[in-house]
Amino acid sequence: MTQLALVIDLNVCVGCHACVTSCKEWNTSGWAGPMADEEPYGKDPSGTFFNRVQMYEVGEFPATETVHFPKSCLHCEEPPCVPVCPTGASYKREDNGVVLVDYDKCIGCKYCSWSCPYGVRELDEYQKVMKKCTLCIDRISDETKPEAERKPACVLSCPTSARLFGDVHDPDSEVSVAIRENAGYQLMPEWGTKPANHYLPRRKTRIQIFEDELIRADNPLKKEEAVGEIIGDTIDDVAM
Amino acid sequence: MHPAFSVIFLTTLIGAAQGLFLALVTAQVYAVDGILPAQEPGFYVQGSFIALVLLALGLVAAAFHLGKLEYFITRAWRGMSQWRTSWLSRELIALPIFMGLVFLYFAAHYAGLHEPLFTIGGKLAVDATLLIGIVGAVMAFVLYISTAMIYASVRFMQEWHSPLTVFNYILFGLASGFVLAAAFAATVGSDLVGFFTGWALIFTIASAVTRGASLYRNARIEHKSNLQTAIGVRHPRIRQKSMGFMGGSFNTREFFHHASDSAYDMMRYAFIALVFVVPVILLLLDAPLLAFIAQYIGLLAERWYFFAEAKHPQNLYYQSIA
Ligand code: SF4
Ligand code: SF4
Repeated sequence: MTQLALVIDLNVCVGCHACVTSCKEWNTSGWAGPMADEEPYGKDPSGTFFNRVQMYEVGEFPATETVHFPKSCLHCEEPPCVPVCPTGASYKREDNGVVLVDYDKCIGCKYCSWSCPYGVRELDEYQKVMKKCTLCIDRISDETKPEAERKPACVLSCPTSARLFGDVHDPDSEVSVAIRENAGYQLMPEWGTKPANHYLPRRKTRIQIFEDELIRADNPLKKEEAVGEIIGDTIDDVAM
Repeated sequence: MHPAFSVIFLTTLIGAAQGLFLALVTAQVYAVDGILPAQEPGFYVQGSFIALVLLALGLVAAAFHLGKLEYFITRAWRGMSQWRTSWLSRELIALPIFMGLVFLYFAAHYAGLHEPLFTIGGKLAVDATLLIGIVGAVMAFVLYISTAMIYASVRFMQEWHSPLTVFNYILFGLASGFVLAAAFAATVGSDLVGFFTGWALIFTIASAVTRGASLYRNARIEHKSNLQTAIGVRHPRIRQKSMGFMGGSFNTREFFHHASDSAYDMMRYAFIALVFVVPVILLLLDAPLLAFIAQYIGLLAERWYFFAEAKHPQNLYYQSIA
């Protein structure tokens, strides 16, 4: 079975919010839209977003580091939000594992949001139905688009390529390799939700260098040093 | 959690209605058996009418919990489809069935269907009203359990995820229903006041024990998730600097109670006094109507606190505006 998912590299993300805005742009005008805004120019702007980028400070000043943390529905393999839905509006697709909401069935009871520990479902204040990341289902399954564009808007827009997209059940996919080789992990594993999305941890880039690699052993300039002190007249000394 | 008024009214109103109905049916069963004096048919007609009114008010409150009121007509029926997995769906089925049975009970008494259908052991004459009453009583418990399990089954809300939640819902419903039955009996001058008052006291005290136990449990609860598991960084000191927006979102509105610490504590003291202490005193002073009013107000506070008390793990992600 295919399980589409995102892999987000926290070592690369710079917190620019490009994924947040491109997600909103694509989805508010597409199948999942509208994503209503309330008072977008007012004092307390609020609205529906499928993707948020948060910031965390780790460590004690001055030894602190900032972790930029993009967060959206993790398309859990055991999604607790699905069985609790009374209407069947909340479902997980058999063919690709994407968790979706059928907006024509949803009654806006919010019960599914209580059953998601990650806080990624948002009730749309205009349509009054539950909304969440669709992995741009209308984009990734659009066969009229060239293969390279059949990716979620956030993945395509990320300027640092911190977001990877693919099938985490295929061991040779880019995402599976990234998870395997870079210690990819899941959020809140304690709930057994088995999130499909993974995060790659912050990692230090270290290289090992030996002294003789910094100083070139056979540097021709060094040959002169080896000659030692000059004894006797030079040709200039004896010139007329 | 944010306490939603729709759900606070829904659960307290139908809980009392179920309790009142159970009180009426109990009285009828005992009367058939000759343990309690028989009542005029009007007693059951009026009593079940009060239960119906409470249930209807509860239904109105429930409609306000939907995203849009129109969903009540256009979509709510779909909510009955997922009964295999969803307790909410089960409640949405149990509630109308129970309402229908209460209505039938009311109608059968009104129509005077007292011809015995059959007798048990040659002396217990079972008529249509009693039969409907007993089926309704079973359904009342199914509904109590469904309502309670909506909350008790959410494992992420560790404060709710306990059998105590189910006991609390059943006992609060029974307590308020029997207090109401005592008030009703006193108002119509029935001789069942003492019987209902006795059980009202028992249920009220029993609910004090189970709710006390859940307060104790929740004060010591150890939450499974923390900021470390939430973002997957192993460091003892992590602070959120930004949750990604400034003006609030569904996640900050739905999952926080937004009340001050002192208001939160006040609610707890208020419900302890009004649900348990005051009604017991008033019942002992033979003032069941006042006892019911006090207890119902107390239950509204209790339900508010029940929601406010639950801390959702998603709150870890929404701690700092910037
Ligand atoms: S992250 Fe939340 S909304 Fe998404 S599948 Fe998992 S539990 Fe459901
Ligand atoms: S809000 Fe909609 S999707 Fe969520 S549980 Fe209710 S009906 Fe299902």
